[in-house]
Amino acid sequence: MSAVVSPIRDPLITGHKDYHQITEDICAPSERTPSVAWVVSFLIAVSVLAVGVFCILWTIWFGIGTWNLNRTIGWGWDITNFVWWIGIGHAGTLISAILLLFRQKWRTGVNRAAEAMTIFAVLCAALFPGIHVGRMWVVFFFFPYPNTRGPLWVNFNSPLLWDLFAISTYFTVSLLFWYTGLVPDFATLRDRATGLRKRFYNFLSFGWTGAAKHWQRFESLSLVLAGIATPLVLSVHTIVSFDFATSVIPGWHTTIFPPYFVAGAIFSGFAMVLTLMIITRKVLKLEDYITVEHIDSMNKVILLTGTIVGVAYLTELFIAWYSGYIYEQYAFLNRVKGVYWWAYVGMMSCNVLSPQIFWFRKFRRNIALTFFMSIFVNIGMWFERFVIIPTTLARDYLPSSWSYYVPTWVEIGIFIGTLGIFFTLYLIFTRVAPVVAIAEVKSILKTSGDQYAGEHAKHAHKPHSHEEESVAH
Amino acid sequence: MSTNREILFGLYDDETDLLSAVKVAKERHLNIDNVFSPFPVHGLDPLLGLKESRLHQAGFIYGMIGTLTAFLFMTWVFTRDWPIIFGGKPYWSVPAFIPITFELTVLFASIGMVVTYYAVNGQGPGVTNPVLDDRITDDKFCISFDAGHSSEEELAAYRKFLGETGASEIRTKTI
Repeated sequence: MSAVVSPIRDPLITGHKDYHQITEDICAPSERTPSVAWVVSFLIAVSVLAVGVFCILWTIWFGIGTWNLNRTIGWGWDITNFVWWIGIGHAGTLISAILLLFRQKWRTGVNRAAEAMTIFAVLCAALFPGIHVGRMWVVFFFFPYPNTRGPLWVNFNSPLLWDLFAISTYFTVSLLFWYTGLVPDFATLRDRATGLRKRFYNFLSFGWTGAAKHWQRFESLSLVLAGIATPLVLSVHTIVSFDFATSVIPGWHTTIFPPYFVAGAIFSGFAMVLTLMIITRKVLKLEDYITVEHIDSMNKVILLTGTIVGVAYLTELFIAWYSGYIYEQYAFLNRVKGVYWWAYVGMMSCNVLSPQIFWFRKFRRNIALTFFMSIFVNIGMWFERFVIIPTTLARDYLPSSWSYYVPTWVEIGIFIGTLGIFFTLYLIFTRVAPVVAIAEVKSILKTSGDQYAGEHAKHAHKPHSHEEESVAH
Repeated sequence: MSTNREILFGLYDDETDLLSAVKVAKERHLNIDNVFSPFPVHGLDPLLGLKESRLHQAGFIYGMIGTLTAFLFMTWVFTRDWPIIFGGKPYWSVPAFIPITFELTVLFASIGMVVTYYAVNGQGPGVTNPVLDDRITDDKFCISFDAGHSSEEELAAYRKFLGETGASEIRTKTI
């Protein structure tokens, strides 16, 4: 199993790392005392989280009337935020599961952080269905449990209930998949630590030793979990789109919704991964593991999914016109030039037009531009959900009940608060766990390290690799 | 968890050294106790004679249990326990059961497999298994022999093997 040197393939690990250096580099951020930047970011994130908690308590105390929802517009920022967060939560499993099945090696650099992001985003998302029902203390009615009301069961035919099952399954499976991958890396941290820290990581690492049979089972488990997480991740946003698509609201009951929602979810998820990764690699000095090559690959996914989303927008408009059904036609005309025209413009420009710059390799590999674009896409995808939800509801069948909706400070506060929850959890994660999957990066070193791949590839410094040398020259 | 076993082990610096050493051990019919590595080394399992893991078969069974649980439960609720007509559809509206049946299949398969995986590995929250060397989770590859149950000649053969195949360190440890 000697390493093959490829001068063509771009390296995914730069800096001529060896195994020990990989361990040192990736463990370092969680082993040194937190930097000032981390402490300041953490304090800001926790403060923002506190604002969210305050606004949630305000909602629960005074009731849902503290929001600006009305008889016509029953879903506003709450469900917009819910769908936005769930969409963001799709990139992690896509990277860890689908790219594992496709044998994409660049996933190893970003999968750990992307999966963490998935879990935190799904947590933020799950908050909204919980609070938007108003009486949060009876939220357990969602679940089918034997009760004294008959027992009267939940409606298994309702997409809202499918959604509950989809999201709780998605959260559980993502968490198991992520933690299983973390265990060997926690063992690495454990074996480097002393004292209380060692006991802490000893607990987290579940007694991992690295035995051959365990690694065999580990790989078997990862592969099967990836295999079943792949249809799962596609099903989750499909079911989220059923919340809309199975209704009888013009603009919602379209069969294009499932693929269009899934593409949008991957699109926004990758944007959030890029936002986080570009900061993380810089602050934690992981540029050798999350390289421009990784950013390039993710930008290609952004370009592809952004374009799919664009095709979906145009298809919707075409089908509305082609249907000859005036309510459908009006719904889409209203989206483009109705009361919320500005949201449609934001959606189109951020999601469809701006990612087209990524056709150019130079732009895909420009880190500052990518960062700017990732924020842009996140905003665009938020607008998309806003366009779908309140815009459609604001103009329904009866002109006498047409309405307009602006959020109250409570609704804005809850949204900002979820950002606080998300970043607080992410910051804790960067302190406790290795942000890059150590074992997985080591396993691709011999094929994707810059000694072995790319134009600067040369033979390893070890004496046993003469045959590699002869290949390289 | 201490079993008081005396282990002779050698540490290698690279997985290629480990693989060639394991090949030599197989030729000499040496009884390797275990092999440890910081990441999965491909090509090792057939050399060690490890059979393919049956975890995925267990996963299939767990998944089927999930499928049946979801589908039969919803069927029972809507046809026996409390039949209600929703939107003029039949009580037993199978297409509407598909999403939840699928989700529970995935959920049962995942949880079942992960629990089984940790159970057969002898791992879990708070479990401490003996570690031969702290660098095995960093950059060392380890071949170990059960020294306590080996004769003097066997031990000599193991040591000779470890030295000849390029182990950078050879030690014994009671775990």
